[in-house]
Amino acid sequence: MHVPDGFINAPVSVATGAVAAAAVAVSLRGARRELAGAGAGQGVGAGAERTAPLAGLVAAFIFAVQMLNFPVAAGTSGHLLGGALAAILVGPYTGVLCVSVVLLMQGVLFADGGLTALGVNITDMAIVTTVVAYAVFRLLVKVLPRRRSSVTAASFVAALVSVPAAAIAFTGIYALGGTAEVPIGKVFAAMVGVHVLIGIGEAVITALTVGAVIAVRPDLVYGARGLAKPLELRTSPLAPEGAGTPVPAAAAAPAAPRRSVRPVWLAGVAAALVCAGGLSYYASASPDGLEKVAHDQGIDAKTRDHATKDSPLADYSVKDIADPRLAGGLAGVIGVGATLAVGTGVFVVVRRRRNAVPARNAGPAAEGTGNA
Amino acid sequence: MGAGHAHKLYRHGHSPVHALPAHCKIAAVFCFVLIVVSTPREAVWAFGLYALLIAAAAVAARVPAGFLLKRLLIEVPFVAFAVLMPFVAEGPRIHALGLSLSESGLWGAWNILAKGTLGVAASVLLAATTELRELLLGLQRLRMPPLLVQIASFMIRYGDVITDEMRRMRIARLSRGFEARGVRHWGVLAKSAGALFIRSYERGERVHLAMVSRGYTGTLPVIDATTATRTQWTRAAALPLAALAVCLLGWTL
Amino acid sequence: MDPLSTATTAPSLAVSGLAYAYPDGHQALFGVDLTVARGERVALLGPNGAGKTTLVLHLNGILEAGAGSVAVAGLPVAKQHLAEIRRRVGIVFQDPDDQLFMPTVREDVAFGPAAAGLRGAELDARVTEALDRVGMADFADRPPHHLSFGQRRRVAVATVLAMRPEILVLDEPSSNLDPASRRELADILRSLDVTVLMVTHDLPYALELCPRSVVLSGGVLVADGTTQELLCDEELMRTHRLELPFGFDPRSVTVPG
Repeated sequence: MHVPDGFINAPVSVATGAVAAAAVAVSLRGARRELAGAGAGQGVGAGAERTAPLAGLVAAFIFAVQMLNFPVAAGTSGHLLGGALAAILVGPYTGVLCVSVVLLMQGVLFADGGLTALGVNITDMAIVTTVVAYAVFRLLVKVLPRRRSSVTAASFVAALVSVPAAAIAFTGIYALGGTAEVPIGKVFAAMVGVHVLIGIGEAVITALTVGAVIAVRPDLVYGARGLAKPLELRTSPLAPEGAGTPVPAAAAAPAAPRRSVRPVWLAGVAAALVCAGGLSYYASASPDGLEKVAHDQGIDAKTRDHATKDSPLADYSVKDIADPRLAGGLAGVIGVGATLAVGTGVFVVVRRRRNAVPARNAGPAAEGTGNA
Repeated sequence: MGAGHAHKLYRHGHSPVHALPAHCKIAAVFCFVLIVVSTPREAVWAFGLYALLIAAAAVAARVPAGFLLKRLLIEVPFVAFAVLMPFVAEGPRIHALGLSLSESGLWGAWNILAKGTLGVAASVLLAATTELRELLLGLQRLRMPPLLVQIASFMIRYGDVITDEMRRMRIARLSRGFEARGVRHWGVLAKSAGALFIRSYERGERVHLAMVSRGYTGTLPVIDATTATRTQWTRAAALPLAALAVCLLGWTL
Repeated sequence: MDPLSTATTAPSLAVSGLAYAYPDGHQALFGVDLTVARGERVALLGPNGAGKTTLVLHLNGILEAGAGSVAVAGLPVAKQHLAEIRRRVGIVFQDPDDQLFMPTVREDVAFGPAAAGLRGAELDARVTEALDRVGMADFADRPPHHLSFGQRRRVAVATVLAMRPEILVLDEPSSNLDPASRRELADILRSLDVTVLMVTHDLPYALELCPRSVVLSGGVLVADGTTQELLCDEELMRTHRLELPFGFDPRSVTVPG
C-alpha cells in the first residue's frame, strides 16, 4: 500500500527520506558487488557496468510481476509485493535498489504514493521488507541442509516474515509522525493482522516462484550457484594435429566445507522463540485501545471486521489467558512455531516432488501449463 | 505499445509549463507538496487556496480539468481509509447522523484527504506536462545518482517489453485451456513468474553484452546538457512561493 | 613487436585453439581455429547449440577464452586492449530490442562513439553518416520501439557502423525479417566495405552474401570452403543438421561477384 502525502507529518517524512537516501546509496555500492558475480559470469570486465542493465531489468520484472494477478477466491485476487522475491533472487542490495526504483517511478510517473511520502514508502516497502527477508533467508539457508529444496523453504519463511515486518515498520513511522490520533496499538493490530494474511500469500507465491527459477536456472538464484567442470578439447578434422588433453578449469571455486549444522539450527530456533516471545511480551505492554473503544462506542462490528478476528492468534494474544503480557508472549512463540512448521512442511513437500520429477524435466513446464 | 507507461499520463502540448526544464518542475512540485504537507490542517481555507493554485497551473499547462480529475482516482484506497478514521480514532466525540464520530478522527480524515489529493494533483500535473525522458534527465540534474537514473531508464525502456512477454505467456496459457481460478493454480502462475524472471534477467545480460560491445564502462555519456535560465527558475518557483505564502499565513492566522 | 602497428597487414580475425566452458560446467567450444582475411565476407553455419554465439562472444572479449587465443587485426583479445578490441569488432545481436537500449535512435547510435570519447559536431557527423549508410537518417529522433522490426535491425547495424569497426559480426541478421526487409538489409551489407562474419541458419542468405562459409558443429569447425561447395555437399549437410529450404538448389544459383 503506497502511503500518500499528508499521512505522515513533514519532519518525519523528511527524516525517512534521509534514511531512504542513505540506504539507496549503500545499496548502489553493494549491488555492484552482487551483480558482478551472478548469472553466466561473463569473465572480462564484469563489475560495475553490469549493474544498470541488470538492476533495470529486474526492476522492470518486479514492476510487471506486481501486475500478475493470483486469484484467491470468489473474484478476489492478490499480487506479489516482490521485496522478498527480489532479495532472494538477486541479493539484498540489488533488491532494495530495484524496489526503490519501482516505487520512485510509481510516485513520479503515476502519482501512486506521495512525493513527500517517498521516503516512508521506500523505507517501509523497499528497505525493511528486503532486508528482513534476506536476513531470515540467509539464516535458514545456513541451518537447513545444503539442498535446493531448503532454498525454497527458506524463501517461504523469509517472505512470510517480511510482510508483517514492513507493517511493524510502518507502525513505527506512524507512531513518530502520524497525523491522526489513532492509537498506536490499534494501528499495530490492524496493520499486522492484515499483513500476516498478505504475508502468507506472498510467502506461497515467492516460494513457488523461487522454486520455479531454481528448477531451471539455479545459478540465477543469489547464493545458490553451480560448480564448474574442467574444460575438454576435442579434435577438429581441420586441425593438423589434435590436442585431446583436458585443460583444468580456472574458475571452479571449491565448495564451502560442510559443517555440522544441528547445533546452529537448534540455537537459531531457540533465539527466534526467545525474540518472538520477549518482543511480543513487551509489545503488548501498551494496552490495545481497539477493543475498549469498540465496546464503549458500540461500533464493534465495523472496526473489528478484519480477517483475523476468528483466529486464535487475533491481535497477537492468546485467548483464555488472563495476563495480557504473558498471552502476547505466548502468541509470539506459537507464531514462530507455526511458521517453522509450515516452512518444514513446504520443505518436505518440495523435496518429495523433486525426487519424483527430475529437475531437468521441470524446465519447460515453466512456460505455462505444467503441473496443475 | 508505447514509450513506457508515462505515455498514459503524458499529454503532448506546447504550453509554458511544458516548455519549462524538467528539473525546475520537479523541484517546484516537490517543494509545493512539502509546503502543503506542513500546513496546519485547521487552516481549511489554505487548502482551498492551494487547490486554486493547482487549478491555475493546470490552466497554464492547458491540461483539461476532466483529465486531471480522472487521474485523481488513484487515491481511492486512501479515501476508504480516511472514511474509517472518524470511527477508530480516540478523543472527544461528536454525534451526527446517528453515528458517533471522533473529532480528531474527522480532522485526521480531512487532513489525509486534502493533502493527499493536492499531492496527487500536483504529481499528475508534473507527469502530464513532462516527457519521460525529460523527467529522468531532470532527476539526474537534481543530483540523483546517475546509476539510479540509468536503472530507472532501463526499467522504463524494458517495462513494456516485459509486460508484453507476460501478456504473451498468459495468452499461451489460455490457448492451452488453462485458466487460473483459485489458489490451486498458483503453482502454474508462479512458474510463469519464474520464467518471466529468467527471461528478464537473461535479457538484462544480453543488453549488458550489447552495451559493453560498444565500449560501455559504467557511465552513460551525457550528450545533451540543458541548463535552466534564471527566468525559467523564477517561473517554476511561482507555484511553491505562492504556496509558501499561504502556508505562512496558515500558521500565523 | 607492437601489436597496434601490425593492424594493416594482419588478418581481420585470427582464432586459434579456442575452448570454453560456461561456469555451470557446460562446455561449448572444443578448440576452434578460424582466420578471416580483410574485406572477406564469411558465413558461420551450424546447427542450434553448436557454439556459434559462444564463439561470437569471444571475438570482443566478453567471454574469456578457457584455452586458445583470438586476435583482431593483429591485436590479441586481452584485458589491456579491451576498449580498442570492442571498437574494432562490431557485433549486431539477434534481438534488436537488446541492442537498442537508449531512448532515441540518435542517442543509441551515438552511444558507442560517445563512450569512446567523441563529442559535439564530430559525434553528430558520425551518427548521421552511420544512419545514412543504412538509410535510416530520417528516423534519428524516433524512439527505437516505434520502428518496425526491419528498421530496428538496420538501426542496430548503424549503431556498430558508427564505431567504424574492422569486422562486422552479425548474429542471425535475416531472422524475423519479411522478404523486402531481408533484401534491403542484404543490399546494405553488400554496400559496406568492411570484413563481415555472419552467423546464420539462413543458407540462401549466406550463399547470396558470403563467398566463403565455415561450419561449426559440436564445438569444433568441421568444414571450411566456398559457400556453394559446402551447400552442395549433401553428406556434410546431413551430418550437421543443415537443411536447405524446400525447392532451393544451390547448384542452380550463379553467385554474384
